[in-house]
Amino acid sequence: MTVILGMLAAERLVRLSAVDLAIVAFYFALVLGIGFYLKRFATTGEDFFMAGREMTAWVAGLAFVSANLGSLELLGWAGSAYQYGIMAAHWYWIGAIPAMVFLGLVMMPFYYISKTHSVPGYLQLRYGSAASGLSAITFAVMTVLMSGVNMYAMAVVMEVVLGWNMNFSIVVSSVTVAIYVAAGGLFSAIFNEVLQFFLIWFGALLIPILGLIETGGWKGMVERIQHNFPGQDFTHMWSNMGHVQDNPMGMHWVGIVFGLAMVQSMGYWTTDFLVVQRVLSAKDIRSAKMAPIIGSFFKMAVPLIVTLPGLLGLAVLPMHLHPASGLQPGEFAYDKVLPLMLARYCGPGLLGLGITALVAGFMAGMAGNVSAFATVWTYDLYRPFIRKEAPDKHYVSMGRWCTLVGVFISIGAAYLVKQFASIMDYVQALFGFFIAPLFATVLLGMLWKRVTKEGGFWGLLAGTTSSITLFLLMHGKLPMFGKSAEQWVGLFTFNPNAQGLAQDMFQSLWSCTTCLVVTVLVTMLTKPRLDSELRGLVYSLTEVAKEEHATLFHKPLFWGIASLVVLAILQIIFW
Amino acid sequence: MSEKHHIIPVWFFVGVLFLVYGVLIFATGLLEWSDPPNTVLAELRAPVWWGALLIILGAVYCTAFRPGRREN
Repeated sequence: MTVILGMLAAERLVRLSAVDLAIVAFYFALVLGIGFYLKRFATTGEDFFMAGREMTAWVAGLAFVSANLGSLELLGWAGSAYQYGIMAAHWYWIGAIPAMVFLGLVMMPFYYISKTHSVPGYLQLRYGSAASGLSAITFAVMTVLMSGVNMYAMAVVMEVVLGWNMNFSIVVSSVTVAIYVAAGGLFSAIFNEVLQFFLIWFGALLIPILGLIETGGWKGMVERIQHNFPGQDFTHMWSNMGHVQDNPMGMHWVGIVFGLAMVQSMGYWTTDFLVVQRVLSAKDIRSAKMAPIIGSFFKMAVPLIVTLPGLLGLAVLPMHLHPASGLQPGEFAYDKVLPLMLARYCGPGLLGLGITALVAGFMAGMAGNVSAFATVWTYDLYRPFIRKEAPDKHYVSMGRWCTLVGVFISIGAAYLVKQFASIMDYVQALFGFFIAPLFATVLLGMLWKRVTKEGGFWGLLAGTTSSITLFLLMHGKLPMFGKSAEQWVGLFTFNPNAQGLAQDMFQSLWSCTTCLVVTVLVTMLTKPRLDSELRGLVYSLTEVAKEEHATLFHKPLFWGIASLVVLAILQIIFW
Repeated sequence: MSEKHHIIPVWFFVGVLFLVYGVLIFATGLLEWSDPPNTVLAELRAPVWWGALLIILGAVYCTAFRPGRREN
C-alpha cells in the first residue's frame, strides 16, 4: 500500500515520508482487524443496530461527541475560526453544551424508557407511521448525503494536502468503511469513533501547543492578529455582537441565542439520530443520561484543537487565506488552515499522525452516517412499510446489505457535492432543512400530551417545507414576488448583509417556529390520543426513576449543572 | 465494557494504537535529532517527547485493559 500511495502522489501541500505512510497504513489495518473481530458479536438485531445496548456511559459519551467530531467539522470550523475569529467557538459552547445537557437530563429518559431504536422510532410510537415515515425518509436522505459530503471532503483534502488522486481516496475509504461497518454494525462504528476521538486529540493538540509557544502565549497571539488584520475584532465572543456591523460574521446576539442555542443546536443534539443512536446504546438509564453530559465536557474542550489553530493561523501564517470561491493559483481557502498549520509544525511521524487523524475523522463520519442509515432504513422504513414480520436474522442481513448500498449511494452523493462552493454552508443547510422542525415535533410530543398524530405530521411537513423554501429564496434559486436574494435575506434575517451561517440560524428559527405553529393549530382541530397509549412517551404520563439514594457525584443533574457552570465561566473569560 | 459479550475493551485498542504510533514517532524523533526537519520550532524536538508521551499512555492502556484481565 505504501508503494501505491507513493506512486499516486503528485502535486501536494506536504510530502509524507515512509514513517507517515506506515502510520496511515497501520490505522487502516487496525480498523479492518477490529471490524472482523467484532463481526462475531453482531449476530442479533440489537447487537448490530444498537451495539447490544451495553455501552458504558464513558464509551457512549465519547462516541456521542466523536460522531460530531469528524474531519469535516475540524477543517470547516478551523476555517470558520480563521474567517470569523473566536465567534466560531459559539458552535462548540452555547451552540452545543446546553443542548447536550438538556438531552441527558430531560429527553433521554423518554428515548430510553420507550426502548426505541431510533428517533423516527420514537415518532412512530408517539405520532404513528406518517410522521415517522416522513422523518425516516428525510433522515435516510440526509445521512447518505452527509456520508457523501465526508467522502468528498476527504478526497479533496487528500488531493490538496497530499496530492492523492480523488477517486483513489474515495474508493479506499469507502471500501474500508463498508467492510468494517457491514461486519460489526454499530459496535464497529462506536469502536472506531472512540479511536478517532483519541487520534484527533493527539494528532491536532500539538498545533495549539507549538502555536502558542511561537506567539508567546495568548496575549502575543492577539497582538499579532491585530497587527496582521488591523481594525478587526477576532478575539471576542459577545462584546462585538450588539450590532451586525461590528463583527466579521454579520451576526446579532439574538441569532446566536435564539437561532443557534435554542433551535439549531437543540435540534441537532437531541434529535439527530446519528448522535442520539450512540447514547441509545448505553447499558442503563443512568449511563444514557450521563453519556451526553460526559460528552459535553469533552465538547467544551474541542475549540482548543479547532478554534485556536484557526486563530493562530491569523497570527502566524505568512499568507492570507480566502473564500473557497474565486481562488487564484497559489491561494488557499479558509478550510485549509488546519493542514497548513499541521505542515508548519509537524515533521515526519507527527505529520503522519495528524493526517491519520483527519483520515480517521472522515472515515468515522462516513461510518456513523452509514450505520445510522442502515438502522433507519431497516427498522423505520423496511420493517413497518415493506416486510413487517420476519426473523431477526433477516433484519440483520438487511442491515448488512443496506450498509453496502448506503456506501454506494454515498459515493454518488460525493460527486454531487462538487457543485457547492462551501462545504460548511451545505452541512448547515441540511441541518436546517430537517433537524430544526424535527426538534419542535419531538419536544412537543414529549412535553405536551395533547399533541395529535395529525398535528405532529403536518407540523413536521410544514416546517421542513418552509425550511427548504427559505433556503431557496435566500440563495436566489426560487424567484418570487420580484424580490432579489438579498432582499429575502434582509426580510428573514433583519440584515441584508447576513453571511451564510447567520442565514442558516434564521432559517432554522423560522422553520422551527412554522412547525410549532402548524402543529398547535392542527392539534386543536383534531382528536387527542388516549392517555393509556402515551404512557412512557410523554412527560406527564411517565414515571422516571428518581436517584434519591445516589451520592451527589453519581447524579447526572449535578454534572449537568457543573457543565453549564463551566460554560458560563468560559463565556465570561472570552466575552 | 461488555457484560454480555466479553468483548475486548475499546481502551485496549486505543492503547495498541498509542503504543505503535508512539514507538514510530519517538524513533523518528531520535533519528532526526541531529538533522531536524524544516518545520517551525523543530529545535524543540516535539516528536521525541510527544512520542514518549504516546508510549507511556499506550503502555498504561494496554496493561490496564489487556484481554483476559479479571475485573472486580
